[in-house]
Amino acid sequence: MAHELPYIAAIVEAIQLEMERDESVLYFGQNMATTENEPFVDAFGKDRVRVTPISETAEIGIAIGAALAGFRPVVELYMAEFMLVAMDQVLNEAPRFRGMSGGQVRVPIVLKAGYGFTAGWAGQHTGTLNALFMGVPGLKVAVPSTAADAKGLMATAIRDDNPVVYLHNYLLTLDHGEVPDGEYLVPFGEAAVRREGSDVTIVGTGWTVDRALGAAERLAGEGIQAEVIDPRTIAPLDTHTILESVEKTGHLVLVDQATRHASVSTVIAGEVAEHGFGSLKAPVVQVTGLDATIPYSEPLEAHVLPDDDKVVAAVQRVLGTAPVTA
Amino acid sequence: MVAEKLGGEQARRLLATMWRIRIFEERVGQLTRAGEIDGLIHLSIGQEGVAVAVCAQLRDDDHVYSGHRAHGHAIAKGAGLDRVMAELMGRDTGLCRGLGGSMHLVDVEHGFMGATGVVGGNVPIALGSALASRLRGSDAVAVVFFGDGAVQAGHFVETVNLAALWRLPLVFVCENNGFAEFTPRSAHTVVERVSDVVAPYGLERATVDGNDVPAVWDAFGGYLASARTGGGPFLLECLTHRVRGHYEGDPGRYRETLAEAEWREKDPILRLERHSAAEGWFSDDALPGIAAAAADEVEAAVRFGRESRFPPPELVEAMVYADG
Repeated sequence: MAHELPYIAAIVEAIQLEMERDESVLYFGQNMATTENEPFVDAFGKDRVRVTPISETAEIGIAIGAALAGFRPVVELYMAEFMLVAMDQVLNEAPRFRGMSGGQVRVPIVLKAGYGFTAGWAGQHTGTLNALFMGVPGLKVAVPSTAADAKGLMATAIRDDNPVVYLHNYLLTLDHGEVPDGEYLVPFGEAAVRREGSDVTIVGTGWTVDRALGAAERLAGEGIQAEVIDPRTIAPLDTHTILESVEKTGHLVLVDQATRHASVSTVIAGEVAEHGFGSLKAPVVQVTGLDATIPYSEPLEAHVLPDDDKVVAAVQRVLGTAPVTA
Repeated sequence: MVAEKLGGEQARRLLATMWRIRIFEERVGQLTRAGEIDGLIHLSIGQEGVAVAVCAQLRDDDHVYSGHRAHGHAIAKGAGLDRVMAELMGRDTGLCRGLGGSMHLVDVEHGFMGATGVVGGNVPIALGSALASRLRGSDAVAVVFFGDGAVQAGHFVETVNLAALWRLPLVFVCENNGFAEFTPRSAHTVVERVSDVVAPYGLERATVDGNDVPAVWDAFGGYLASARTGGGPFLLECLTHRVRGHYEGDPGRYRETLAEAEWREKDPILRLERHSAAEGWFSDDALPGIAAAAADEVEAAVRFGRESRFPPPELVEAMVYADG
């Protein structure tokens, strides 16, 4: 059975179910649990649900230490950018402890943060820093694009014995979707094929999965069948499913909200260039954000970001059905 | 609260551990110069008094965190010299199977939860052990060692604030050796005493002579007893002296070497030996035996390291993720 929920509520449902299931799950962050009638405090008490000062380094550090001592903290960080002030903890402490200790310890923490809020939030609250995290051995990175995955990936993240950066896209916050009832786990490292097709493979993550699906719908009207793949986790990254699809279609378009040189798409392009070159009938085309700080002004913000039109144009270019431009 | 006073039996144990750390680190210095240990090494020679007076009062379930100068803390908390030496030699029998090295010693069995190499990075993590202890209703206490250099980093203030706000059973132990890496404290801050930095947070705090082992023992023991029964956090600043440079190979042009006679006055080992004699705890002729036993153990550790294999290459990727 399933029920309909907004993406953000699906995340909350997963945290709630995991906290009911496992007493070692803690939940803390800024501006939460400030009143007695807050539902999480009401359900789990102020020991397990805690408001913190604006101290990302201490918030993540305490989570790491509590994890070393056997708990499973979920840190509510709100914005991916807020992790930037605590990068030592995120990139250089949490993911390194296990390896550096020769396997003596585990660090099961979830760093929950929204990203990509390109809705007038300007230069410091809109970034798509996802690829920054995927490049750090020891971190896992989940990027849900649907309400169901939002729930299933969060549940898996909490049960995982490694530090997980869970990145939910703010533009999807209120998008509704069918969410399975009760316990629901989405495995890490297994891409979802969102639409099957034989002419071109389009890979998107998070919000750009919808851009890929929107473009695929329009391309279908032109008789072009696009296969849309959503990796769902970018670390581990399911390159196998992507390579298999490229073997079938011979064409690849990669869509990413991030700046090109720090994008998941560039990493995938490299993998396909090395392992799938023989399948490619045309060069890979990437549709990414421009290498620029996201501007405030709405038309300029749109100019910087990928959209359905840009994805359609990229597909036409890769298939040779449109003139190639610079 | 007042802890148990340092007695003769404990003093003998502390001396033995200090000698083990001292001779171990002197040997590590030699092996580094000889190229047998080829990683980055920071020695704590001169600072052993703090490590032993603190760690000897702790249990295995009390979690300790340290920084880049961690050999003494790990050994004082119970890590075997052989396992630490093998780790510094990069061997599979090392504490961390050769993957961590000098700056990242971890010995979970003895509650030495970890040394981290970025100055101050360990400080907030110690909060988590203290929180875990509180949530479990345990009387275990967390201790974090750091140098005076860490105090000017943001991690420190964030941690002190949260520890005080949540009243966590955490004892901050600052080893103030007057140098943050290569720079004197005066070039870092206008606040001379680390204990003054935390004053607004209402922590119980003290500054002691870190080379005076009974003084460190008493001050830390009081905080520990209180932290076990709901008190905390606390800060203990131990003024001490780093005999070696910041790292092995440091030419040390930024400071004068202490004169031999002056150092003999300050050396925490010699001071505890003199103190023990004055207290009549044991006679002078017992002392050479303590140092000789430590030297034998160090040589056995070197042999253990030399005879151990390097870890297999497949270990590297196997250790990236914990098994689901």
